[in-house]
Amino acid sequence: MSTANPTTTVKLSDLPKAQPFALTETERHEIEHELGHYPDGRAASIGALKIVQQHRGWVPDEAIAPIAEMIGISAAELEGVATFYSLIYRRPVGRHVIKVCDSISCYLTGYEEIKTSLEKNLGIGMGQTTTDNRFTLLPICCLGACDKGPTMMIDDDLHGDLTPQGISTLLEKYS
Amino acid sequence: MSLEQDLLVKPLTARINLAQPQDLKAYEASGGYAALRTAIKDIKPQDVQFKVKDANLRGRGGAGFPTGVKWSLIPMGPDSGAKYVVCNADEMEPGTFKDRLLMEGAPHQLVEGMIVTAYAVGACTGYIFLRGEYVVAAERLNKALAEARAAGLLGKNILGSGWDFDCFVHTGAGRYICGEETALINSLEGRRANPRAKPPFPQISGLWGRPTVVNNVESLCNIAPILVNGSEWFRNLSQGKSKDGGTKLYGVSGRAKRTGVYELPIGTSAREILEDHGGGMKDGYKLKCWLPGGASTDFLMPEHLDLAMDFDTIGRAGSRMGTGLLTVVDDKQNMVSVVRNLEEFFARESCGWCTPCRDGLPWSVKILMALERGQGRAEDIAQLERLTRYLGPGRTFCAHAPGAMEPLQSALKFFRSEFEAGVAKTPVAA
Repeated sequence: MSTANPTTTVKLSDLPKAQPFALTETERHEIEHELGHYPDGRAASIGALKIVQQHRGWVPDEAIAPIAEMIGISAAELEGVATFYSLIYRRPVGRHVIKVCDSISCYLTGYEEIKTSLEKNLGIGMGQTTTDNRFTLLPICCLGACDKGPTMMIDDDLHGDLTPQGISTLLEKYS
Repeated sequence: MSLEQDLLVKPLTARINLAQPQDLKAYEASGGYAALRTAIKDIKPQDVQFKVKDANLRGRGGAGFPTGVKWSLIPMGPDSGAKYVVCNADEMEPGTFKDRLLMEGAPHQLVEGMIVTAYAVGACTGYIFLRGEYVVAAERLNKALAEARAAGLLGKNILGSGWDFDCFVHTGAGRYICGEETALINSLEGRRANPRAKPPFPQISGLWGRPTVVNNVESLCNIAPILVNGSEWFRNLSQGKSKDGGTKLYGVSGRAKRTGVYELPIGTSAREILEDHGGGMKDGYKLKCWLPGGASTDFLMPEHLDLAMDFDTIGRAGSRMGTGLLTVVDDKQNMVSVVRNLEEFFARESCGWCTPCRDGLPWSVKILMALERGQGRAEDIAQLERLTRYLGPGRTFCAHAPGAMEPLQSALKFFRSEFEAGVAKTPVAA
């Protein structure tokens, strides 16, 4: 027999409503431009996701259907693409995204100390965002700058020859 | 040495300027786009293919397949329809940092290589599949493409020849597997980067089911110099050190004194690369072992240093030259931890398409972590050895898992005692 309290009823209208979502004119325009590079619209999938992410910081669930419609594939197919690639963020990220190389050359030259220093300075672990929304910390595979290991990227900037002591000064440059 | 002379010895790096790469004008003043102009005016597409074949250029992406032979599998003739040239600029093999240098330092040389390759195989469109993190390269390549387009070297009716070809930069969004050429094609089409079955090979059915040639950045940057200076010149660049032609971008990373990229005759010994150019190991560190060209190559030992770094020689020694950039492991490293780092990478980057790779790689990581903590079980080492077979060539859909097994199997061969030391003295519960 059910033990649920029969007096508790949830009305549909009480549930949080999905936020209305529309691609901006700029986003649509940039996606159109991207579509022009390919004979088949599907090829613009990743480019379109990246455009939306560039403007919003990440790709919210609500963005999938309108992007898919623009490029002419189903929302489910685009969702499959959006969840495959590691540089498409499906949850909000901080103002700055730190991508720390954990591949072999950086591992051999001190990745683990860099990781520890970052986690200590930021007070978060890999995959997390600081409470002030300033930084998100992510691992990334080989950044192709192995001669300067250990390396990381903050947003679009590459930083090499990192030292655990130098991390806090470096982070200060990103407000 | 003047730039002109330098280009005859170091055709790939003579023009490199990372602070300010040559613009179209400077590139043309140093002989740039001469190969394209000559080819379009005087050389038949098939003869361009022949010259590249004759130069003994082997693909610089890691597998070493002869570039000219790859092109010759593309159907030719007036009815061959839409064809594509794709540049694999998804440089993500751990320990590899050469293509970044070429794209950031001399973008026009790659663009010219793309256009000449397209001419040789009759392609209508080209894509440079560039990893998303290479933002500087993207900007510089887009600028070079725009300059070439404005000068009539790209686009409709190139140099008045009646031939149309345009080229675009396509940036990726992460995932190592995109470097596998059929996964790259799927990704370029806007799909998940799962590899495709081969055959059919991309030369027959590639991008959008059309004939497609996929070449690495370094391979393509060699094309214009081959046409300008001739196949014989290119073959002789190896100075008799190898029967392969050309120079090669070699490099060293890890705890060496002067880590970096150096352009040297192909077949230069690993010792010369590490000791003369890389300055040897840093003070206080000794060489324990080395990866010849990326994470997916077998470890070699200090006694292998005198081997010529070319595809055949390193292959005979039980490894692969791969991308040719050495990763040196120093004597302070524990091999179980080093291999754990490598296998964690491969496990994370598996696309998940086939079971041995998707499940086998995390299994190897789990075992390696137990051994690292000194909590391994007696049967763990035999299990790792079984995995190297179950995930080996022929057992998986693509080369990802077999590549992952190369450093594991060689570490087990050379450093077995370090793995055995991770087995717990008193048995650990299952």
